Amino acid sequence: MSDLVNVTMTVNGTEVSHSIAPRITLADFLRQTLELTGTHTGCEMGVCGACLVILDGRVVHSCLTYAVQASGAAIETVEGLSERTAIADLQEAFHQRNALQCGFCTPGMLMTAHALLSQPGVPTREEIRDALSGNYCRCTGYEAIVDAIAKVARDRDAGVIAQASEEVGAWAC
Amino acid sequence: MGVLTPLDRPNSYIGRSVPRPNAKRLLAGRGRYVTDITLPRMLHVAYVRSPYAHARIVSIDAQAARKMPGVRLIATGEDLAKLCTPWVGTMDHFKGMKSPPQLPLPIDKVVWSGQAVVAVVADTRALAEDAAEAVYIEFDELPAVVDIDAARDPSAPVISPELGSNLCFHGKIDTGGVEDIFANAAHVVEEEFHFGRHTAVTMEPRAIIADYDVSEAKLTVHHATQTPYQFQDIYARHYGIPESSVRVIAPDIGGSFGMKLHMYHEDMAVVGLSMMLGRPVKYVADRIESFVSDIHARDHRVRARMAADTDGNILAMDVEDVTGIGAFSAYPRTSVVEGNQVYRLMGAPYTFRNYRADLQVVFQNKVQMSQYRAVGHPVACTVTERLVDMIAEKTAHDVFDIRSRNMIADDAYPCTSPTGYQFEALSHHACLAKVKAMMNYDGLRAEQAELRTKGIHRGIGIATFVEITNPGPAFYGVGGARISSQDGAIVKITPAGDVHCSISVTELGQGTETIIGQIVAEHLGVDRDRIKVMTGDTDTTPYGGATYACRGAGIGGETALQAAKKLKANVLAVAAAILQDEPDRLDVQSGWIVEAGTGQQRIELSEIARIAYFRSDTLPPGTQAQLSVAHHYAPQGYPFAFTNGIQACHLELDVETGLVKILKLWVVEDCGRVINPLLVDEQIRGGVVQGLGAAFFEECVYGDNGQLTNGSLADYLVPMAVEMPDIEIGHVETLTLDTQLGAKGVGEAGTAAASAAALNAINDAMKPFGGTIAQVPMTPARLLKALGHI
Ligand code: FES
Ligand code: FES
Repeated sequence: MSDLVNVTMTVNGTEVSHSIAPRITLADFLRQTLELTGTHTGCEMGVCGACLVILDGRVVHSCLTYAVQASGAAIETVEGLSERTAIADLQEAFHQRNALQCGFCTPGMLMTAHALLSQPGVPTREEIRDALSGNYCRCTGYEAIVDAIAKVARDRDAGVIAQASEEVGAWAC
Repeated sequence: MGVLTPLDRPNSYIGRSVPRPNAKRLLAGRGRYVTDITLPRMLHVAYVRSPYAHARIVSIDAQAARKMPGVRLIATGEDLAKLCTPWVGTMDHFKGMKSPPQLPLPIDKVVWSGQAVVAVVADTRALAEDAAEAVYIEFDELPAVVDIDAARDPSAPVISPELGSNLCFHGKIDTGGVEDIFANAAHVVEEEFHFGRHTAVTMEPRAIIADYDVSEAKLTVHHATQTPYQFQDIYARHYGIPESSVRVIAPDIGGSFGMKLHMYHEDMAVVGLSMMLGRPVKYVADRIESFVSDIHARDHRVRARMAADTDGNILAMDVEDVTGIGAFSAYPRTSVVEGNQVYRLMGAPYTFRNYRADLQVVFQNKVQMSQYRAVGHPVACTVTERLVDMIAEKTAHDVFDIRSRNMIADDAYPCTSPTGYQFEALSHHACLAKVKAMMNYDGLRAEQAELRTKGIHRGIGIATFVEITNPGPAFYGVGGARISSQDGAIVKITPAGDVHCSISVTELGQGTETIIGQIVAEHLGVDRDRIKVMTGDTDTTPYGGATYACRGAGIGGETALQAAKKLKANVLAVAAAILQDEPDRLDVQSGWIVEAGTGQQRIELSEIARIAYFRSDTLPPGTQAQLSVAHHYAPQGYPFAFTNGIQACHLELDVETGLVKILKLWVVEDCGRVINPLLVDEQIRGGVVQGLGAAFFEECVYGDNGQLTNGSLADYLVPMAVEMPDIEIGHVETLTLDTQLGAKGVGEAGTAAASAAALNAINDAMKPFGGTIAQVPMTPARLLKALGHI
């Protein structure tokens, strides 16, 4: 086993500093070291999207990112977005539309939806489905998720919910 | 507007689309899945697995591994066999079925590639994996039995020599008369169908933490499963722990679909490892391990023929199903149930009476095959519905006409199928008419004809189905399996007048807790947000079957309904004593005791509770308030509550590339009483997409040597959002009269017929080219082959 290394990063607005094994992924660091278990792992190879988090304003697969790579970065997880109510409308739409069953894919879905809706314009259903292609859901059949995101897109566009526009890039790795 | 419906009564929640209260924490990232749980002094296990499909274990050398950092225990099959008695996956009602005994880890041979052989327990999973790499196992490779025909050849190596052959079960059904009918029928169609193996791919893999407390000799297992009581029984019996000392807790589960109700070797081993160490041990399958150890589903080859008269009236079916199940039959539900349902569900929507079928369930060196969502249904439905389409073509009938000509009339119930299934009341014709209108069938046909002239090839396929739900003891209990078909609920009123319901059916995200809350609220007469529903813990819920075979709403719901009524009677008895009135002149509405006729409020439920719990001295002498009730319900009447429905698929086939664009799906489903339309529709949609996955993408591909060649989420394709269509859903509601609730199951209906509708649609699209396909998944390569391009 290799020596421990120090990482310091900002997670959900709080600076954290830990000595960790260099092979620890960001997903494991968040889940195990910081006990932020809202970020899930479904494949650990960048396919399923359950592990998506925001790293310096871009959505990344935390399963494909080493924690040491995130040293110095600002990370935001579903817990952070929830606490600062950045995705409250999305969460409410998912809830009302029953756009989740087991909920295991849901944090990743919310990340993708958050990134998509931070782009200008109102995405079509096709564009929403396309954007969700890196997020597997085994329970819902996707339609309810598309409906929920489409509703929030329309509502935000119509100014129903005043939402500070926030730039979040699509997933990066 | 203005018209009062049953939903306008106070607290009328049954039939209403309400969202799931328990979904909010999942949306906030505050779910608590077994994968999230950490216990004090918890250790982690990794397994060393067999690289061979069939081999003798010559020796195991763990010397070096034991010295690796953080390693606490390395255990072999022999070590665990000292603690755990073997299990055998057979049931008595499958006459003549056989299966070898199984242990947590094998002692002398491995029977599939990926089978866990040695357990390495360490402080972290990463350290356990490091040490697992240092374990050296010498194998002596044996010839692998892979193909279902080769396995049955008398010269084939026998995987379990003590059984004498590789045949697990051989079943036959024969109503008689079939040979004559086929000899004289005006039309006979036949086909050989292939159904690939696929697997559940729950987004949360299997996860378990066993925590054995040596001081009290008690076992607590946090287990991602849909059936906690079943596992309590298994752990207690096989590890010799008193049942009351075994607690199984199933918290949030990241998908199950039937996959997480089977006994897995790694999971059984974790219990023994915790007993050896006296510490909690956690096992989470990684995705690669899931592919080589979760149950697979299907794997059938069906040769079938159907006879009809000149007018297209179906006369008989003749079916031969061979299915490969891996090296043994799964425990405790066996691997014969799927084949049994395949050959009993064939032709179920239709009136013909002559049927013959042969089922052979075959051992092979692959991962175990067992129950997964819609057990057997997609196979029976696809075979039947494709043959019906072939009869339609021979007799120049439209696909709707051939079905309405042959389906059981909606007023012909009760009746039985040729295979002995008893149907209480189904609605095939109503569903058929409804789907035809929903999809604008005639319009689609006109559009199809026009587009064909432009070289665009669209297909329309329909598939009608019946689904087995609400099973009674005939399903497992009569076969000797200790799997309950009854459920239990405890409903109690808290001093504040809130309601607490703990119930044995379990929540997997399908909404069990929500519908139980709706039912209790309506039948007790309280607001839904005052009810808390608890599930998934053998220490805190009454004993029951939990969730499988579409029984949660129908059986669990009826349990909750009856319990709520019983509690309401108790509440009214106390209220009457306090109010010096008669119980039958009182009612409960919105948490108030009201006058039955007028709804006039008399006393609040919280006040009744306050008096009962804190001022019982003020109650009339002799009054003992019973504000908690425990109630059990076991299904009676019909052995199963059959549901029915129809699915229609519209798609476009690119005949140059074999790529398919699924344009739209329609489903009309009759699950009896719809308790929550929002949840029912999402069950159907999710089920349909799993069925479409099987139809087009999902297949566990094995090489000749028994190696799974695509066991990762990058290689095994599951449906993505962009490939899936919108799904329109309609309902017909034929209540079961066996219960007061009238609900039947719905969780598997979507999966039951989606692949059949898709296969019929593809064959419809290929009609101008004369090609046909009878194999799923319908990959582009297979479609190009069917089209004669490759
Ligand atoms: S865990 Fe599946 S993409 Fe990261
Ligand atoms: S809700 Fe279960 S995987 Fe999406």
